[in-house]
Amino acid sequence: MNAPMNAISRREFLKASGALIVSASLPGFVAEALAQADAPAGAAFGATKPAVVPTELDSWIAVGADGRVTAFFGKMDMGQSLDIAIAQIVAEELDVNVDKVDVLMGDTALTCNQGGASGSTGVFEGAKPLRKAAAEARRVLVGAASSKLGVPPASLRVDDGVVTAVSDPSKKSTYAELIGGRYFNHTVEWNKKIGNPMDIEVPAKVKSPSEYRVVGKSPVRRDLVSKVYRTEPYVTDVSIPGMLHARVVRPERAGCAVGSVDEASIAAVKGARLVQEKNFVAVVAEREWDAVKASRALKVNWTETHPDPFPAMADLHEHIRRAPVVKREEPVKKGDVDAAFKRAARVVEAEYEWPFQSHASMGPGCAVADVRDDGVTVWSGTQKPHFTQQGVARIVGVAPEKVRVIWVRGPGSYGRNDAGDAALDAALLSKLTGKPVRVQGMRRDGIAWDPKGPASVHRARAALDSSGNVLGYEFTSKAFSRVNIATNEANPQDSLAGMEIGVAPKPGIGYGNPSDSYGFENKQYAWEVIAPLLDRCSPLRTSHLRDPVGPDIHFAAEQFIDELAVAARMDPVEFRLKHVTAPRDAAVIKAAAEKAGWKPRPGPRARRKGEVMRGQGIAYATRGGTIVAVVASIEVERKTGRIWARRVTVAHDCGLVINPTGLRYTIEGNVGHGLSRALFEEVRFDRDKVTSVDWMSYPVLEIRDAPETVDVVLINHPEVMPTGAGEPTIRVMPAAVANAFYDATGVRIRRAPLTPERVKAALLAKA
Amino acid sequence: MATFKFNVDGKPVSVDADPDMPLLYALRGDLGMTNPHFGCGLAQCGACTVHLNGEAIRSCVMPVSAVAGKKVTTLKGLGTPEKPHPLQAAYVEEQVPQCGYCINGWIMTAAAYLKKNPKASDAQIRDALAGLKCRCGTHVSILRAVKRAQKQMA
Repeated sequence: MNAPMNAISRREFLKASGALIVSASLPGFVAEALAQADAPAGAAFGATKPAVVPTELDSWIAVGADGRVTAFFGKMDMGQSLDIAIAQIVAEELDVNVDKVDVLMGDTALTCNQGGASGSTGVFEGAKPLRKAAAEARRVLVGAASSKLGVPPASLRVDDGVVTAVSDPSKKSTYAELIGGRYFNHTVEWNKKIGNPMDIEVPAKVKSPSEYRVVGKSPVRRDLVSKVYRTEPYVTDVSIPGMLHARVVRPERAGCAVGSVDEASIAAVKGARLVQEKNFVAVVAEREWDAVKASRALKVNWTETHPDPFPAMADLHEHIRRAPVVKREEPVKKGDVDAAFKRAARVVEAEYEWPFQSHASMGPGCAVADVRDDGVTVWSGTQKPHFTQQGVARIVGVAPEKVRVIWVRGPGSYGRNDAGDAALDAALLSKLTGKPVRVQGMRRDGIAWDPKGPASVHRARAALDSSGNVLGYEFTSKAFSRVNIATNEANPQDSLAGMEIGVAPKPGIGYGNPSDSYGFENKQYAWEVIAPLLDRCSPLRTSHLRDPVGPDIHFAAEQFIDELAVAARMDPVEFRLKHVTAPRDAAVIKAAAEKAGWKPRPGPRARRKGEVMRGQGIAYATRGGTIVAVVASIEVERKTGRIWARRVTVAHDCGLVINPTGLRYTIEGNVGHGLSRALFEEVRFDRDKVTSVDWMSYPVLEIRDAPETVDVVLINHPEVMPTGAGEPTIRVMPAAVANAFYDATGVRIRRAPLTPERVKAALLAKA
Repeated sequence: MATFKFNVDGKPVSVDADPDMPLLYALRGDLGMTNPHFGCGLAQCGACTVHLNGEAIRSCVMPVSAVAGKKVTTLKGLGTPEKPHPLQAAYVEEQVPQCGYCINGWIMTAAAYLKKNPKASDAQIRDALAGLKCRCGTHVSILRAVKRAQKQMA
């Protein structure tokens, strides 16, 4: 059985919101929360909590009167059970049982801005200040026990929150007795950084991995019961008295402005009314269904401001090739690539194409906002509540301190999805109506109107000598920006509502490059970003999607490495092992190949005549210090073009493993999501709109296509501080599948996704 | 507007609504039963699945008028932490959830299917669960849980 959501979060949640969260699916929720009495005042520590700032120990750790510990975490779990890892780390340093540690996540009134869910940094970056804060809390509490018991700190030990004199076990005191319900009032040193790199320094020394007792074990994640029996709310379930339901009405076509709105068109819908500010058009009603009906009935005369902003879908990658480069960077430049190509005996070249992809979360974005004179509260599933707080403040026109954003688990999140837009939609609507407002999109809002992963073209070329040695290697991505809109909604120009009310866009420019340790003597990785197709309110605006631009780039880079292996007449595993320079990278590649039963071969296997062709492919990459290699064993059905990745083997090294079971499932999720992106996902559009609007027009992985077996090899390096796991595996999935496809068929597909239609066409072309 | 009487999780309920309002909105809005989720409103993802007289149906497209006089079962009616349905127990045991928003659809659909087809093969189970979506990619553990529950239910 799992621990219930911690008491402090419930109590504070209710207190500070000034309103009850009422949900009929949660009987007892309110009663239980109200039954939590405030802790009685103790003697040694302070009775009032200092401001929530990184320099206060109380901003990170609290010990309740019952001895339960709360860790205040400025990041959130997006479903990969991050919170249990944080609980383990805190429990480890504090020497309390992990079951006694509650992790409170992503509430701007109670946590520091640690950047929210971002870049697989939950443990990598997010755990750092928590680890140190827990160690410091232990040091302070042992100091207090020392005074109380008259025993020097060095002669005290701590077991599950009980401080005992080593020489005299009758001399003891518990954390609850020492501080329970009171506050440390103890400052720590902050590195002055906001977001992911936020960290603190403390006098206390953290444990060495050899002392770990909880870290490295697999206590069960906390959300199982609440999710399987639905005993706690999602953001979609938040309901407050007097709340209106809203639907934002966005045009079918891109590049439109409101000409006129026929308010009478919704007169027949009970209680429905129009809310409009410039190009932001919405309907509100007391009942949700009435809001839906009104949104369908509302007649808006949209006028084209940017006719036909998009190229024909078939011309997308030609557009990218021809478009002027707005910015070019060369993040990796080693040796003299030009000279290497001049002395090449042979040049291998290839070009790869990646589509726009949607977050397409399980449920469309949703938020509830309550804008009042004395403050603003927003409940959101966003990944970045502390930044949402700023965006809400700006769009409502109040100081950020007046805004509280409470993260509540949402309907799936893989980056900057439509949750960020929903939060600002709700805030603006609450401001305009003077009522609390709940807004949720319809399916098309989650697929057609969410920010997209950028489409791209990748050019790779290599200079080989007459023996197949790589003299030089050049890889260049040309793409839409990964941050056309920012990765958070701190500024209204990065939200649809903000753009619709006329805030001028400030597009960000950036892309990325392959991440590996290939030691080619002359090596250059470059990227080139082109202008967006439409500069505002675009359904093809681009931002971060799980492992931003990683699967895209490595679909190309890791296929090209295979193409080089073929050119060099070497086995793909052997070729990689020959060229990687980091020993940990080599170990990961070897582990994946070994576990998968890799069959070495210099080129694709002999053609099979049957209806089902089988092949094996490998891909490897690094990401933020984590190393991953995947071997995909696939079947290709000649007639239908279907690819089934029947067996997937992952070897994964993210340094110190905190919770092996949680890590394993996180990697499995990456495999499933990665297969979906590799095989199915492609945003469809025509000259003036996105035509992927639902699950029929934006197909994703279904259970029939799920692997039969996923084998995960975890390589634990306790001496290396942990790096991320939420995204690295997805990075190599598409290339592993594409390389397996080549092995099975002898045909290269350099265009993602590998849909049945594309597979059939490629096989026909080869035949 | 009209009044529709039906039964949810063993209790009689009454809802005043347009006849064409989907059952999902009655459950979530009028009855406060938020277990079924809105996912697509198009019967393409399963997040809203409930049982109607024992059959798994998509409540986002089922008019409330068509439910009058019938028995609706939601995830909560299927089982509780104290008295779990084997699929719920298996989901906990296999630690399936990630974001968890899709769970309702898989459990409700699989529960109705396994009840009628306790000896279904792996391939038949995959077919029976076609159309359900999971965006976190937990498909492999979903299959593990369904097979675990199948053994329990046999």
